[in-house]
Amino acid sequence: MRENKSILQHIDWVMVTLYFVLITMGWMCIYASVYNEEHNKLIDFNLNHGKQLIWIGAGLLIALLLLIMDGKFYSAFAYIIYGVTLVLLIIVLLVGRRVKGSQSWFEIGSFKLQPAEFAKFSTTLALAKFLSNPNIKLKQNKTKLYAIALLLLPIALILLQNDTGSALVYFSFIFVLYREGLSGNYLLLGFAAIVIFILALLVDKITLIIIFGSIVLAFIVLVRKTKRNIFSLVGIFLICSGMVLSVDYVFNHVLQEHQRTRINVLLGKEQDLKDKGWNVHQSMIAIGDGGFFGRGFLKGSQTTFDFVPKQSTDFIFCTVGEEFGFVGVFVVISLFMILLARIIFIAERQRSSFSRIYGYGVASILFFHIMVNIGMTIGLAPVIGIPLPFFTYGGSSLLAFTMMLFVFIRLDAHRLQVLS
Amino acid sequence: MIQSISTNRKYIIIAIFLSVGLIFLARLFYIQVIDDSYFKSAQHNFLRPVTQYPSRGLIYDRKGKLLVYNEPVYDLMVTPKLIKHIDTVEFCGLIGIDKEEFDKKLRLAKKYSKDIPSPFEKQLSKETYGTLMEKLDNYPGFFVQPRTLRRYNDKTAAHLLGDIGEVDSATIKTSKYYRDGDYIGKSGIELTYEPELRGKRGSKLMMVDVHGRLMGSFEKGKYDTLAVGGENLATSMDADLQAYGESLMQNKIGGIAAIEPSTGEILAMVSTPSYDPNLLVGRIRAKNYATLLFDPLKPLYNRALLSAYPPGSTFKIMMALIAQQEGVLLPETRYPCAHGYPPGGGKPACHVHPSPLDLVQAIAYSCNSYFSYVFKSVFDKKQFSNSEESFENWRKHVLSFGFGRKLGVDLPTELSGGVPTIEHYDKVFGENHWKSSTILSLGIGQGELGASPLKMANVMAIVANRGYYYIPHVVKSIGDKKFQFEKYTTKNYTTVNQDYFYVVIEGMEDAVESGTAAASKVKDITICGKTGTAENPGKSHSVFVGFAPKDNPKIAIAVLVEHGGWGADWATPIATLMIEKYLTGTIARPEIEKRMMDGVILPAPKPIVN
Repeated sequence: MRENKSILQHIDWVMVTLYFVLITMGWMCIYASVYNEEHNKLIDFNLNHGKQLIWIGAGLLIALLLLIMDGKFYSAFAYIIYGVTLVLLIIVLLVGRRVKGSQSWFEIGSFKLQPAEFAKFSTTLALAKFLSNPNIKLKQNKTKLYAIALLLLPIALILLQNDTGSALVYFSFIFVLYREGLSGNYLLLGFAAIVIFILALLVDKITLIIIFGSIVLAFIVLVRKTKRNIFSLVGIFLICSGMVLSVDYVFNHVLQEHQRTRINVLLGKEQDLKDKGWNVHQSMIAIGDGGFFGRGFLKGSQTTFDFVPKQSTDFIFCTVGEEFGFVGVFVVISLFMILLARIIFIAERQRSSFSRIYGYGVASILFFHIMVNIGMTIGLAPVIGIPLPFFTYGGSSLLAFTMMLFVFIRLDAHRLQVLS
Repeated sequence: MIQSISTNRKYIIIAIFLSVGLIFLARLFYIQVIDDSYFKSAQHNFLRPVTQYPSRGLIYDRKGKLLVYNEPVYDLMVTPKLIKHIDTVEFCGLIGIDKEEFDKKLRLAKKYSKDIPSPFEKQLSKETYGTLMEKLDNYPGFFVQPRTLRRYNDKTAAHLLGDIGEVDSATIKTSKYYRDGDYIGKSGIELTYEPELRGKRGSKLMMVDVHGRLMGSFEKGKYDTLAVGGENLATSMDADLQAYGESLMQNKIGGIAAIEPSTGEILAMVSTPSYDPNLLVGRIRAKNYATLLFDPLKPLYNRALLSAYPPGSTFKIMMALIAQQEGVLLPETRYPCAHGYPPGGGKPACHVHPSPLDLVQAIAYSCNSYFSYVFKSVFDKKQFSNSEESFENWRKHVLSFGFGRKLGVDLPTELSGGVPTIEHYDKVFGENHWKSSTILSLGIGQGELGASPLKMANVMAIVANRGYYYIPHVVKSIGDKKFQFEKYTTKNYTTVNQDYFYVVIEGMEDAVESGTAAASKVKDITICGKTGTAENPGKSHSVFVGFAPKDNPKIAIAVLVEHGGWGADWATPIATLMIEKYLTGTIARPEIEKRMMDGVILPAPKPIVN
């Protein structure tokens, strides 16, 4: 009793409130995407919005359980949870159900579970556990390798399920590693890699290399001509040129046909108004239809008449855009940003490095989902089918994000009992 | 040191997160607020203007009998962009086309527009429509657009009523109203009264879902405009009389025009051979139109309105009036006849009758010699210094009767020429090389003179009215309003004074009572008429003009039977039967009626030349 009371006193109500506001809005959007003349009942367990209500109920129950659990539990059992998840990822490859080309679903009765969604949570726990060990230092290459191995295991298993989108999410841990001491150059390198990849696809390769060469030459002229400076500049030039030249190979041989198409559509090199390109086109039309104030709840024409594909899952943001307009998307993006900032703020106040690292992991994963999902609906990111946290219809992602967030809330509530 | 690094990094991470959020908001602001192309695309996506076609006005006869009505048909429309995974084989089977045709039609539709619906298959049959409607949901991108076609209760008056067809591209270019696939009047009343008959197209803004299914009216029909139906028309035609005229004229080539003198209303306008107007409707129109167009007897040609026939002896009536007006002819004036015109050495020739005759008798017996003298007297009047002057004077009189110019009938075309000009004779004979004797045959309605049966009937209306006419017209009322164009309610006077008509009418009465038309007189009806035997290459045309009754005339008529020979043989009996039918509703002379209906005067079929 006493324990529980103190938890209620110490949990961060800002995050809890944000969570409730977001899932409520998410549920409204799912209802709106289902809604039409025939399907207008607020509660109908045969339809997406009704089912989601069950998942929300389940999520709240689990959140409560997670809050009641001992704060030390998550740190202590991090590797075990991670291990169990890996086993699940292997089992799903063997007995899982194939949905739209991905072998990533367990089917239990009429419900489906996607272990990859939970793997994000458990990997965050494991990474936090590993990096919070006071004896290890990220500067050491051995540590980096271990950390990367920790991430690569679930990535590999998820890639085997043919779920590229979920695997890409693990790139977001670069923020966590950066916070914990990884050189900022990696972040820059990652950013540069993306820029070079895009430029190499859009601009002639030789021209690009000449431009890089000129820039490097200019630097060599400007900076002090120490051996070290010249050496690193030439090195950067060689790396960039190598990347430019390898882009074609990666693009043509590593990526699959549909991935190439999505990237080409995103870059405007290919007009594909039938398949994926059509999705994005319709999505932008729906969002544009919202205008400043939106069409009003349940009044979006594009969503009501099914012009937007996957409107309760991947493209649920369109409903926000069309029915609530710029005001709506401003509110939703702001809420997400406040949540992210709040998580980081709270992570920073943790005494335990496990809690802090875990917090950063949660923020990074949420950020990656938000960036890619919303970016995709407005044509700023390639079409990668990953859910918008708390909005997208589906039990697994809702439960996984709920667990992630509430474990963090529990850890935070526990922080005063932790000796730094 | 470490603390400061981590603080920095915290801010860097937050900055990255927030900048992505800001980029997104900027992008969203652009899509939602600044750029309206997405908004327009959304409208375009789910709103489809569905044209509401107005029902075309119905057409009635003068007694309120329905002549032309609308029949619903259905056009199968296609929006190429919306077609998805359809069973082409089954679909082709349903509408009865093959795959090749399907591809061709789809290509055409795509060429027109991928987003805007266009006709795929027009005027589906009722059976096709029925079976298709059950399965239409399986074919996204296709829908059915109701239209109407014209149907004709009787098979009569095809030329007068006219027909409708799809509007051509030239009209679409110049008109603000018409759009591809619209129907428009092509001939007859349908063409002249197109603006009244067509009504006004409406538009309904319907919502459609991604499959192109109609999901209801947008915003409760706030943006819808209703189609306004066309006005109903009552023609002045008497459908029974028209049909009767057509049956009398069957198997003969020629025309009948009948006018109510007191109003100028056209009671009947028969042109034979004719055709069933239902042949020029819908899908069969193009094929039948071609067949009719290449028929050597030219059934599409409205002879009663357009043909320039020599009026023959019927012109003597006008000559008698003009000469009296010119003061060169008195009722008592007598001229000799020796089976021909003596000064012309017996030319023009004449038939056997007492001689000399006065004016009344000359009309009754249709004396060629008499009217040659009359023509000469008009032409050689002292006041004129040359042939040109006197010809122009004569021509002015003739034109005042409506010959040689358009009358202004409310039909798309009519005969405009038919009276020669000075230039014509100057060209043929040379300037100053022609005189009254050169063109003497004009006096008896031959030579270069030509008039349509309608013009001849109009002259009879003038005589019946003793000096004036109303422009002949076919429409009596539009909608609920009585037809009140000033053009058709104004008296048009000729150059001949009213006083000169009575003696002519007397002659015409005698012609039917005891003269050339005596064989066709009708008991209890005083018909005033004049026969004509219009010479032309081949056998003469049989002509009759007249009106009845003599006092307070109800009908003026002209009948022309091509190559019918004497006026009394065919045209006169037909005309008097028409008059009898119109005035009494029955026929007391069934044997004549039978003879007329059974008569066949058609050219021998031309030998086929290989």
